[in-house]
Amino acid sequence: MPPFLQVDNLIRHYQGVKAVDGISFAIERGRCFGLLGPNGAGKTTTVEMLEGINEPTSGSILYQGRPLGRRFRDEAGIMFQTTALQDYITVRETLEMFQQIYPRTTPLQDLIESCSLEEFLDRDTRKLSGGQRQRLLLAIALVNDPEVIFLDEPTTGLDPQARRNFWELVQSIKQRGKTIVLTTHYMEEAYRLCDDIIIMDHGRIIAEGTPDALLAKHFGEVVLQLPAADFPADSTPLDAQKSGDVIEILSNDLNSTINRLTEQGVSLAGLRIRQRTLEDLFLALTGRELRT
Amino acid sequence: MSFRRFLAIMRARNKEFWRDRAALAWNFIFPIMVIGGFAMAFSGGAPDLYKVGITATQSSQNLHFEETRYIQFIPVTDLSAAITKVERHQLDMLISPATRQFWINESSPAGYLLERLLNSSDAGFKREAVTGEGIRYVDWLISGILAMNLMFSALFGVGFVIVRYRKNGMLKRLKATPVTAFEFISAQVVSRLWLLLSVSALVFILTDLVLDFRMYGSYLDLLIVFALGAICLISLGLLIAARLASEELAGGLLNAISWPMMFLSGVWFSLEGVNPWLVKLAQILPLTHVIDGARAIMIDGAGLMEILPNLMALLVMTAIFLFIAARTFRWE
Repeated sequence: MPPFLQVDNLIRHYQGVKAVDGISFAIERGRCFGLLGPNGAGKTTTVEMLEGINEPTSGSILYQGRPLGRRFRDEAGIMFQTTALQDYITVRETLEMFQQIYPRTTPLQDLIESCSLEEFLDRDTRKLSGGQRQRLLLAIALVNDPEVIFLDEPTTGLDPQARRNFWELVQSIKQRGKTIVLTTHYMEEAYRLCDDIIIMDHGRIIAEGTPDALLAKHFGEVVLQLPAADFPADSTPLDAQKSGDVIEILSNDLNSTINRLTEQGVSLAGLRIRQRTLEDLFLALTGRELRT
Repeated sequence: MSFRRFLAIMRARNKEFWRDRAALAWNFIFPIMVIGGFAMAFSGGAPDLYKVGITATQSSQNLHFEETRYIQFIPVTDLSAAITKVERHQLDMLISPATRQFWINESSPAGYLLERLLNSSDAGFKREAVTGEGIRYVDWLISGILAMNLMFSALFGVGFVIVRYRKNGMLKRLKATPVTAFEFISAQVVSRLWLLLSVSALVFILTDLVLDFRMYGSYLDLLIVFALGAICLISLGLLIAARLASEELAGGLLNAISWPMMFLSGVWFSLEGVNPWLVKLAQILPLTHVIDGARAIMIDGAGLMEILPNLMALLVMTAIFLFIAARTFRWE
């Protein structure tokens, strides 16, 4: 059986700029697949080619073994990064319009419940808050009871509360066995939602795997953080990094590191230990901060 | 082509139009204001100057009558067209010194006065009486205003709106659905056509109640001319909107097209007597053919056969506009 979505050597050039420069991957049915990377890494270009919106310069995309076509358009649900809605019509009317466009549809009541639209169902789409709008756009992506759902930076610009609510909605879609393709530059979002991720930079894939496998592969260590003031003068360990008032020490053997610190007379009262995150991974892989 | 998808898009567009109160009000109020304003401005009784048409004369045939002050003498070449003008009170009198004839309108008080003046200065002219009701400027203007409103609403309501949809990503959203370009465009055209014709009909009826327009032709024929004109102008709007993504550029282009059309197509004044080059230029503007056709029906009682050249011009232009628009249309 062919992979659910198979991408081979995908290339997209814009006037000499290689936005996507030869990437290949496969997405399995029922998984949540994440494309990560900083702005300009080629995530949106890639996902738009997967959606059939943007033509690749070369390379192939197969949906269940066939090129993207009519069947794919009927079975794909898409939430773009920015989408305008028709003005002067309500949330309910917008959903009804999209329902009439597709041959197979999710019942209106299911959409309303799964995306929590009750409270603003009869409101003009121009008068929605950011979070409400994203929920409506998600509902539109679900209107055709899709097999695969594309979410392009769905929580960008939302406040933390709205972002967490949105994650819960995506979790519940996942539980229904739908395949999800998600782009994001929030590493926490990718870590929480995605089963598989690829990290892109300059149009290429620089790492791929499950989030935990990627972290384990690149980082055996944990990070110890201590206030710089707690260190006696000229006793900073060699493997430490100073950032602001905090000293960070990488360790792959927590016990021996703590013993050593105690021997040096460092107070452990301000000690914090954290796991390495995808954020650190990205920095390690590209030498750059993610959100710049 | 799925009729269901076409209907879904069209219904949403119709709702948007009817609920956008400001735009809707403007669509109704603007033409009514213009027509009402002109009706008042030109209802101030007879003009203070008499207009007399006079056919070409040799100097030996100069009349004493021509020395009368406060009479504007207008040279005419086409006698039958000039007689029609006397029938419509556009000329108060017509004189042919070569054949010693003059024409006046029986129902025109100005004609009666001019006849007495002529007889007292030059004897021996043969009186030819014609009849006919006067045409007010508003009778002539109504076709122009309705057609102009049609033009602005078609160009901006379709062209500008599609560019806006493209810019804000709504077209992209629809591209990701099974909706085809043809379904989307035909939904926009039919939605706008229906709105344009209902607005025009309502404006016509409302202003007719007050001003009682001259209407000698068939209402069905008038509807056909306006429908063909609307389709042609909507197609022109589609052509402009086919691939632009900048509202500013689209607005500029639409203005660059609509304003010359408004002045050269004879909305406000007849192009008779202006530079022949401009008259030729006006023939390639769709609005000219809508207005000429509508005026011929309303004022002369022309049938469809008599305005066939106008109708054909509109059909040919529509085909050209739609062909190019379909070839160049882009969702993004």
